[in-house]
Amino acid sequence: MTPSLWRLTNTATFRLAVGYMALFGASAVLLLSFIWWTTSGVIERQATDTVGVELRGLADLYRAEGPRGLIQAVERRSSRQGGDPDGIYLLVDPLGRRLAGNIDNWPAGALADGQWERLDIFRTDVAQSRMIGIRAFHLGGGYRLLVGRDMVALASFQAVLLEALIWGVGVTLVLGLFSGVFMSRRLLTRVEIIGQTSREIMEGDLTKRVPLDGSGDEFDRLAQNLNRMLARIETLMGEMRLVTDSLAHDLRSPLTRLRGGLDMALSAPPEERDAAIARAIVQADAVLATFGALIEISRIEAGIGRGDMVPLDLAEIVRDIAELYQPVAEEKGLSFTLDAIPAAPMRGSPQLLAQALSNLLDNAVKYCRPGDGITLSLTAAGEGDESQWALTVADTGPGIPALDRERVFERFVRLDESRHAPGSGLGLSLVAAIAKLHGGTVALEDNAPGLRIVWRLPVEASNAALQ
Amino acid sequence: MLVLVVEDDDETATYMERGLTESGHVVDRVADGREALYMATDKKYDAIVMDRMLPKLDGLSTVQAVRAAGVETPILILSALSQVDERVKGLKSGGDDYLAKPFSFSELVARLEALTRRRGATTEETILACGDLEMDLLGRKVTRSGRPIDLQPREFKLLEYLLRHAGQVVTRTMLLEGVWAYHFDPQTNVIDVHISRLRQKIDKDFDKPLLHTVRGTGYKISETP
Repeated sequence: MTPSLWRLTNTATFRLAVGYMALFGASAVLLLSFIWWTTSGVIERQATDTVGVELRGLADLYRAEGPRGLIQAVERRSSRQGGDPDGIYLLVDPLGRRLAGNIDNWPAGALADGQWERLDIFRTDVAQSRMIGIRAFHLGGGYRLLVGRDMVALASFQAVLLEALIWGVGVTLVLGLFSGVFMSRRLLTRVEIIGQTSREIMEGDLTKRVPLDGSGDEFDRLAQNLNRMLARIETLMGEMRLVTDSLAHDLRSPLTRLRGGLDMALSAPPEERDAAIARAIVQADAVLATFGALIEISRIEAGIGRGDMVPLDLAEIVRDIAELYQPVAEEKGLSFTLDAIPAAPMRGSPQLLAQALSNLLDNAVKYCRPGDGITLSLTAAGEGDESQWALTVADTGPGIPALDRERVFERFVRLDESRHAPGSGLGLSLVAAIAKLHGGTVALEDNAPGLRIVWRLPVEASNAALQ
Repeated sequence: MLVLVVEDDDETATYMERGLTESGHVVDRVADGREALYMATDKKYDAIVMDRMLPKLDGLSTVQAVRAAGVETPILILSALSQVDERVKGLKSGGDDYLAKPFSFSELVARLEALTRRRGATTEETILACGDLEMDLLGRKVTRSGRPIDLQPREFKLLEYLLRHAGQVVTRTMLLEGVWAYHFDPQTNVIDVHISRLRQKIDKDFDKPLLHTVRGTGYKISETP
C-alpha cells in the first residue's frame, strides 16, 4: 500500500464510508431476499389454486360424461393450440397407460392424493426436464388424473431477482466505496489545510491564518474559531513581549545602578563604604518591590485569591484609608476632604481594596502641589441590579492629558512628567487588576483642573461573580 | 533566646543563623520538615522560623504537626508567597506571624522579639508605661509626668502597640498590621507621618524623648535610645 493510500484508508471518514457501504449492501440483500420470498410464495400459491380448480372441474366432467368426455377435454387442453402452454395434463387407465395428456408416463413420486407437489418431469413437447407443480387424483374405476403447471415463470422470475440482487449489491458497494473515497479525500484536504497552517504557526509564523472557503459549514466555523484563538494568542504574545521588554528595562536600570554602586563600594574608602552599601540595599529593595508588584498583578489577574472574598463594609475601608492618608496629605500642604456614605456593604477582599485605594491616594499625594486639594468620596449610584458603589478620588493637581488616560493602566507606563517621581509604574495596573477582580470599572476623568478617578463597584455583580 | 530555623536554602539559612547569633541568640538549623518536627517536639525552643516550601514535609503541614504534638512555641512563617490569602492560610495552620520573602534582617528580628514578648505577657495588663509616660487602658487615658495628653483613637492604638513592645524595635509594616490591620506596603511614608504626629504630642514638651527612630528599621519606645 502506498503511503498516501494508507493515509486515505487510515482516516475516520474513510472507515465511516466503508461502514455505510457495508450497511447499504446488507440492506439491499435483505430487501431483495424479502421480495424473493414473498413473490415466490404468491406465484406458487396462484399456481396451486388454478390447478386445484381445474382438477375439480375435470373431476366433475368425468362424473358427468364418463372417460370419453374427460379424454376429449384433456386432449383439448393439452394440445399446443388453444391450451395453456404451461399446463401439464395426464390421464391414465387403471394399468397406468396414457389415455390423454402432454407427458408420456405417470411420474414416479406422484401420489395422486390431491396434494400439491413439485417434481422434475421431462416434457416431451419442449424436450426438457422442467420443474412442475402438480396435483394428481384418483378418479373412480382406477383412472388417475394429473394436472400441473410448469413453474418456468417462477424460475425465470427468480433468475431475474437474483440478477437484480447481484447487480444491486454490486452497484451499492462500488458507489459506496467511491463516494467514501471522494468524501474522505474532500474532508482530508480541508483538514490538511488546517494542519498545514498549524505547522507553519508552530514553525514560528504567528501571523498565519487558516483560509476560509466562505461556506459557513463546520469546517469554516472551526477555521474561524482557530483564527480567533490565534488572534488572541498573538495579542497575548504582544502584551507579554511588552511586559518582558519593560521588565527588562525597569529591572535592568536599578540592577545596573546596584551593580555600579557595589563596584564603587568595593574600591571606596572604608568610611564611605557603609553609605554605598546602604544605597545598594535601597536599590535592591526597589527591584524587589517591582518584582513583587508584578507577581501580585499576575496573581490577581489570574483570579488567585478569589477564595479570600468576604462580606465587608466598603465605607469602613474608605474611612480607614482616609484616616491613614489625611496626615500625609496635610503634611504636604494639601487639603483633604472625605465624603462617604455611612455604610456600603459588599463582598470583596478587604486587603486588596485597601491596597488599591492606598495606591490611588499615594498617586494623588505624590503628584499634587502644595495648595491643591484631594477629595475622597463614596456614594451609591444606580438602582436594582445596576446598583453600584462609586468611589471617587478627585484632586486639583496637574491631571493627565485625555490621550494618556487609558495608557496609564498598562504595566510600566509612566508618563514623561512623572519619570522623575519615585514609583514603579505598576500602581494603576494593580488598581485596574483589583477592580476587575471585583467586577468593577475604573475611569479617569477630567476634574478641571486635576484628575478624577471614578471606581464603580457593582453591589450585586460582585456578589454574583464570587458564587 | 533559642531559635529553630527551618530553611532548605543554605544561603538564606546561613544569613539568618549568622545574624541571629550576632544579636545574641542561639540557633539550631534544619533543612526539612520532618527533621523540624522532630527537633521542635524534642527540644524547648523560644521561637521557630519556618520556611513554607520545604522538602519532605511542607511548612504548613509541619506547623500543623508541631501544634498537634502540643508544642506551643511561637512560630514565624517565612514565605515567598506574600499574598493575603497565603498569609491567612499560614496563620490558620497554627503560625503566629507571617513574613514575606524577601525580608530585611531587622524586620525578622523585630518580629521574632515581638512574638516571644507576646507569649511572656500572660496576665491582662491594665496599665502600660515607659518612663514617666503612662497609659490607662481601662480609662483610655494617657499621661506624661502626670500631665494628661489628648490622643485621637488611632494615635491611642498606635501608642498602645508601641508600649506593648516597649524597648523593642517595631517596623513600619508591623505597625500597619498591628494598628490598622492592613498588610500591604504603602508607597509613601504614611506611618512616618503618623509617628511624627504622635511624637509631637508625647515628646515635644518634654526634655527626654521616648519615641526613637531606628534607622533603616522602624521605631522603638524606650527610656534610652
